[in-house]
Amino acid sequence: MRQRSIIAITAALAAGSLTLTACGSRDEGGNSSNGDKTTVVIGVDAPLTGDLSALGLGIKNSADLAAKTANKKEYVKGVEFKIEALDDQAQPSVGQQNAQKFISNKDVLGVVGPLNSSVSQQMQKPFNDAGLTQVSPANTGTELTQGDGWKTGDSVRQFKTFFRTATTDEIQGAFAADYLYNQAKIKKVYLIDDQKTYGAGLAASFKTNFTKFGGQIVGSDHINPDDRDFNAVVAKIKKTGAEALYYGGEYPAAAPLSQQLKDSGQNIPLMGGDGIYSAEFPKLNKKANGDLATSVGKPVEQLDSAKTFIKDYEAAGYEDDYEAYGGLTYDATWAIIEAVKLAVEGNNGEVPSDGRKAVLDAMAKVKFDGVTGTISFDEFGDTTNHTMTAYKVKDNAWAPEFSGEPKLG
Amino acid sequence: MNELPQQLANGLILGAMYGLIAIGYTMVYGIVQLINFAHGEIFMVGGFGALTVWLVLPEGFALGAAIPLMILAGVIVSVAVATAAERFAYRPLRTAPRLAPLITAIGLSIVLQQAVWMWYPDAKKDQTFPQFEGGPIDILGANVQRGDLFVLIAAPLCMLALGLFVTKTRSGRGMQATAQDPDTAKLMGINTDRIIVMAFAIGAAFAAIAAVAYGLKNGQVGFQMGFLMGLKAFTAAVLGGIGNIYGAMLGGIVLGVAESLATGYIGDIPGMDLFGGGAWKDVWAFALLILVLLFRPQGLLGERVADRA
Repeated sequence: MRQRSIIAITAALAAGSLTLTACGSRDEGGNSSNGDKTTVVIGVDAPLTGDLSALGLGIKNSADLAAKTANKKEYVKGVEFKIEALDDQAQPSVGQQNAQKFISNKDVLGVVGPLNSSVSQQMQKPFNDAGLTQVSPANTGTELTQGDGWKTGDSVRQFKTFFRTATTDEIQGAFAADYLYNQAKIKKVYLIDDQKTYGAGLAASFKTNFTKFGGQIVGSDHINPDDRDFNAVVAKIKKTGAEALYYGGEYPAAAPLSQQLKDSGQNIPLMGGDGIYSAEFPKLNKKANGDLATSVGKPVEQLDSAKTFIKDYEAAGYEDDYEAYGGLTYDATWAIIEAVKLAVEGNNGEVPSDGRKAVLDAMAKVKFDGVTGTISFDEFGDTTNHTMTAYKVKDNAWAPEFSGEPKLG
Repeated sequence: MNELPQQLANGLILGAMYGLIAIGYTMVYGIVQLINFAHGEIFMVGGFGALTVWLVLPEGFALGAAIPLMILAGVIVSVAVATAAERFAYRPLRTAPRLAPLITAIGLSIVLQQAVWMWYPDAKKDQTFPQFEGGPIDILGANVQRGDLFVLIAAPLCMLALGLFVTKTRSGRGMQATAQDPDTAKLMGINTDRIIVMAFAIGAAFAAIAAVAYGLKNGQVGFQMGFLMGLKAFTAAVLGGIGNIYGAMLGGIVLGVAESLATGYIGDIPGMDLFGGGAWKDVWAFALLILVLLFRPQGLLGERVADRA
């Protein structure tokens, strides 16, 4: 009997808290005014807690910087930009809840994020149904924009509301394969991924392109990204005679994987995508020297356009580094700001009553010189900027090796 | 080159770590029949306690000399958190239905994770843990990293000490008596509250030692590390027979070796290449658990389950 009453109480409490949450979500009608300025909220969704929070906090701060810069410059007259950041914990279900929160807040005219492609998959549809523009600075999963048909050349735009400033895994994997085979002269590679949308997609793209060049995949395995002990996997690589390990995944697992690989006496580099291009990677991995990563765009530090961004970011005194996606986030946020500007200008200097539709319509016309280069979107919502850079760890820090566009096979 | 010794060594090292953590689950369960799901986080705070000592020591301090201090600090932090949890979270619920302390434990686990995330400087990212310099040592055809020697030495010593404590000392015998029948033990003049606190404290101390081993092995500690390790250790405790301290260590080692061998070999069996490797090792480990429980529901070394649960 006792057990039953517990269940009853739990059910009642759960129902009660659900009702309360429903009441809690504000539903403000129209755009609230702040003096003579209209507030436009740009939502930010990223993992602000958890082991990817270093990247997520960099995204949040960079979006904040873009909004502050626009406000300071009065870039869009009569509009005050505000950032509302939500934490998705790198979990798809949480991301979807966040999407609903953004949708229910009528002041939100655009959303920047998320970091993870797997999270994005759960956010795209609600945003599409609500007509709310989403620009991801970091999602590289090719199918997010082009559908599963991209592998066979039947790319179909999936969601009219989804855009990104990051390039696709298809291009990133091709670039990595090109670099490894043609520049580093490595012919035999062992392939590992973490089974997440990003990692598996990147590994698949690398595999296709690497074998197309004539390289050989001598073995493959999958790991659990929450593990930190990969000795069993590493012992397996030894007998394959691999000359490099390509890892589709992120730095928290890649760092111990690389170190354990070298600890086992195999002096071969680990290569990964932008998910391991983090300053944390060489910090967590004492044997990172020689490891390789690809990332989107030219190195932020080398671009003239990025100097202001770096200077402003430092001046703003954020606690956390802008990390791998700082520049791309700034550009993603700025793309929304630019779209708001176009929408406002097309409506006699007022934010249109159907702001979301006006912003979405303006996205196709957005073109500006951003931190990472010229920003505009193609017919799929992908960035038109395909430049990638390969980085190598030297003296425990990433150093750019080579920039260019990949040869697509 | 034969990789079997290597895989066995990998499994043994991992398993010894699981075993050390599993002691905490098994002791607490043996005495108060509580599955302390916050134990993974007790392990995690121990790692941070040890790391803190390393960070405040002057630059260039030898790691070997620092290790006793790091263990001490880890143990103090873990034991403090565990006993506080016992006093403020579990003791008020001791007479409540089983479900209440279980949910409390899950809640406590989240609280501890977020507390470290929020207040430990820079803990939002994984933190670098010191590691021994120098290459691996060859033991019977397996490469053993210097940091891994720590757990290979610490685990048997801990088990020996615990075995002696439980059988030879007054408190240890009091612990056995409380596990058998808390009410009668109380009537016999045993301070059961003290015994329960002691069970939490010993489990926490072992978890802290495991955390130092984890740090030395993987070169990093993070606020999330307790979750997966805690889950695995709990599995090890069940596998070995929950309530039995030697069972916990045996269960840990069996689990570790099973994971390692599953990663290394299942994929090589013809037709099984899809089900091998690192992604499937947990599946095989749990398949093993189910198999053992089918034939020995009390676990490998477990006894007397019928009078409980």
